[in-house]
Amino acid sequence: MGLLSKKDSKLILDPLADNNPITIQVLGICSALAITAELKASIVMAISVLFVLGIGNVVISLIRNIIPSKIRIIVQLIVVATLVIIVDLVLKAFAYELSKTLSVFVGLIITNCIIMGRFEAFALGNGPWRSFLDGIGNSLGYGVILIMVGFFRELLGSGTLLGFKVLGDPIEKTGLYALGYENNGFMLLSPMALIVVGIIIWVQRSRNKALIEDH
Amino acid sequence: MEKRTDKNSYTIIFAIGMVVIVGSLLAFAASSLQPNISENKRLEKQQNILYAMGVNENDESSATFVSTDVVAEKFDKYITKQLVIEGNKQTEDENAYLIDIKKEKAAAKDPSYTRRLPLFIGEKDGNTFYIAPIRGKGLWDAIWAYVAMDENMVVQGAYFDHKGETPGLGANIKQRFFMDDFIGENLKSNGVFKGITVAKGNADPKNNDKTDNEVDAIAGATITGDGVTAMIKSDLKLYEPYFNTLKNNN
Repeated sequence: MGLLSKKDSKLILDPLADNNPITIQVLGICSALAITAELKASIVMAISVLFVLGIGNVVISLIRNIIPSKIRIIVQLIVVATLVIIVDLVLKAFAYELSKTLSVFVGLIITNCIIMGRFEAFALGNGPWRSFLDGIGNSLGYGVILIMVGFFRELLGSGTLLGFKVLGDPIEKTGLYALGYENNGFMLLSPMALIVVGIIIWVQRSRNKALIEDH
Repeated sequence: MEKRTDKNSYTIIFAIGMVVIVGSLLAFAASSLQPNISENKRLEKQQNILYAMGVNENDESSATFVSTDVVAEKFDKYITKQLVIEGNKQTEDENAYLIDIKKEKAAAKDPSYTRRLPLFIGEKDGNTFYIAPIRGKGLWDAIWAYVAMDENMVVQGAYFDHKGETPGLGANIKQRFFMDDFIGENLKSNGVFKGITVAKGNADPKNNDKTDNEVDAIAGATITGDGVTAMIKSDLKLYEPYFNTLKNNN
């Protein structure tokens, strides 16, 4: 990559695969369960986290040398909460429709462990530019898994994608439903999100044996 | 040597400074954006009321309001009367749509308080619509709706909304497939108010039977659905006396 040094591009690419925050570090599971029943919500959440983690990492990195270590977790929490609330207020004032779609996610973003995890593990020890790349990389890695889970849950649970009836109409019995296919309502419930994430973890580790832990 | 940032005094001063900075930043943002936000909320109420009586820009499957540029004009055109019902007394009030249902509901817990019930009367294509705002509890937070009825309490249209229901499950109460099921449903059964139940596994998933006081529930959203049922039963029932007198006067 010409634009970024090799070390920098690793910051973006690593979390996408071999150091994925969800499948390898197993962080951010709560939001992965909560909002992946449909694809659209997954995409919105992925973009929101991209934004908050990108900026939050830079802010924390800029003040990393003056944060008292005893209260650093609280400081991180305040930074992310402030960011999210300001974004929410601005959207409410200037893009009301969009803010209504996002309002559900506000609480989930603040408590997302990936955000706190990256602040703690990376931004506290690195400069703003590298922290920014790390934030982008990790939120992309998070987003990819979220969108994959959302895709399968919406397709198998409701027979739709982004609200479009891709498999036909279940009530009118057209398309696949004419052949006796039924939606799996269980896919819409949170336990199936966990199982889908588990399957993704399984596939990833069976393709790359180095990721399997010994114990 | 101890680092400067590890000292207790530094920690306390940092914490105080941070609280002051963040607090004033948020207070500034909230107060400077407040006029825009409340204006958006006001227009949204008008959009919701118009949506319920069928003044909207729906295409085949999505729920779309009239745009904010024209909502005030359309609201004046279609909503002919705004009533506030207090017991047996009815007063006209052109700001009835601004009544805070949440506050009224809370105040009505005191038995000596007469709850103010707003009712909006709209005219479109020669039909009269009676639109009532209702409010209740979903799984996580508040849910509310505007229900348009004819003079026999048959639902003509409804707009549901929520504060924080689960996306993909309870949040789907504001989707067309759920809201449109209410159209044509009778709130009364044999002339007495019965409400509409959001029912699981009912015998009528296509909702052809409009007199069964039931609509089909959303899979995975039982508690939100129960909330909808409860809110219709408790809040719309309060309007029954008004509709009864309406009938007796004709």
